[in-house]
Amino acid sequence: MAGGDELRLLGFWGSPFVLRARLALSFKGLSYEYVEEDLTNKSELLLRSNPVHNKVPVLIHNGKPICETQIIVQYLDEVYGASNGPSLLPVDPYDRAMARFWAAYIDDKLLSSLMMMSRGKTEEEKAEGRKQSSASMETLERAVKECSKGKPFFGGDGVGYVDVVLGGFIPWVNLIDRLTGSRQFFDAGKTPLLAAWLERFGSLHAAKVVMPDMERLVELSEMSS
Amino acid sequence: MSSQQQPAAPVKLITAFGSPFAHRVEVALTLKGVPYELVVEDLANKSELLLAHNPVHQSVPVLLHGGRAVCESLVIVEYVDEAFHQATAPRILPADPYHRATARFWADFIANKCLKPMWLSMWAEGEAQARFARETKESLGVLDAQLEGKRFFGGDALGFVDLAACTLARWLGVLEEVAGVRLMADGEYPALRRWAKEYVSDEVVRRSLPDRDELAAFFAANKERYRSRVREAVQQQ
Repeated sequence: MAGGDELRLLGFWGSPFVLRARLALSFKGLSYEYVEEDLTNKSELLLRSNPVHNKVPVLIHNGKPICETQIIVQYLDEVYGASNGPSLLPVDPYDRAMARFWAAYIDDKLLSSLMMMSRGKTEEEKAEGRKQSSASMETLERAVKECSKGKPFFGGDGVGYVDVVLGGFIPWVNLIDRLTGSRQFFDAGKTPLLAAWLERFGSLHAAKVVMPDMERLVELSEMSS
Repeated sequence: MSSQQQPAAPVKLITAFGSPFAHRVEVALTLKGVPYELVVEDLANKSELLLAHNPVHQSVPVLLHGGRAVCESLVIVEYVDEAFHQATAPRILPADPYHRATARFWADFIANKCLKPMWLSMWAEGEAQARFARETKESLGVLDAQLEGKRFFGGDALGFVDLAACTLARWLGVLEEVAGVRLMADGEYPALRRWAKEYVSDEVVRRSLPDRDELAAFFAANKERYRSRVREAVQQQ
């Protein structure tokens, strides 16, 4: 990193979107100051840096704010290129489009089905959420096959954009499985490639150092239900 | 890259009448000087071509280039910007990473905070309709402020955010008439109104902008279907 280059990340330890930004920073080997926000009492800095949404994560680079998790990850990849860790997005425009497509899918279909499952107001809604999550996971199973082409990650030999985007959800889906006592996600029987991906991704040092503690997440979910 | 470079393979765009999403891609292709062929779908009777190339969403637009498909309009626009980049063609996304992040931010805001509730506000009923209308109007206000005297969201020239916002320039006015829901009252959002006029008069945009009357007839013919779909979607929320 160039001298005088300052990175700050405003976050909340329990947020999958913040986790994504931390995964990207971790995989790219970037140093930054992490600022834990109290979301019930948001700081002036957060409100000033993200006036439109007032949400975390916010990356502040030399005083300039960048908001929205996928945008932050792409920004880091573009600024720090291949000079800091591997490029998360591929070089070829078509492969980049595929990565962006699957990242958009994850934040559209998978996210909405996870929300329905965990925050559905009725049993029917939750059941519908489970059904849709299952369908999304099957679609992602095809995605991992297409993107990885037999290699360990969506990004190929190394972790890429889609790995980081999906990686942010790992603690959340593990939490849902833990609370429901089932193996809804990353079931080796139903989605073997994704299950194998989960093992590999989860065992990487750069991922382990930023993953939140499961017991704390369980406590957090109990507090908010 | 050579400034005389032609695309290595022909480009086809699977589209459907009246799609603002497909319109975004057409403008992008024209800005980059890429010749393309349109394949027009009847979305009530989807072709094998569409289903084969967009199995996940089964929607338009789909760009076919060298036998490979790219889906999702803004993903396609970025692809077009990168794959057909030439020194002589305008950039759709700016070169600077911070400005790119800003453009992507506003495109995301427009998609999620403006266009989604806008569509729902046209066809929903009662309290839900009022809520969607309020949310849309708030977002229109934010966008109006964002324009702050600029000709386009992209500055002096059309860019990524203008394409993301294209629905507001032509489609919104038509929807307001057909649905009988007025989101932009006279005198409201002056910068956005001015931008909409600039957008629809732009030489490149005009080539792929649907005719206002045809668009109105199209929406009118489908409005009961939209109403029942939105009713279902609102119930699920």
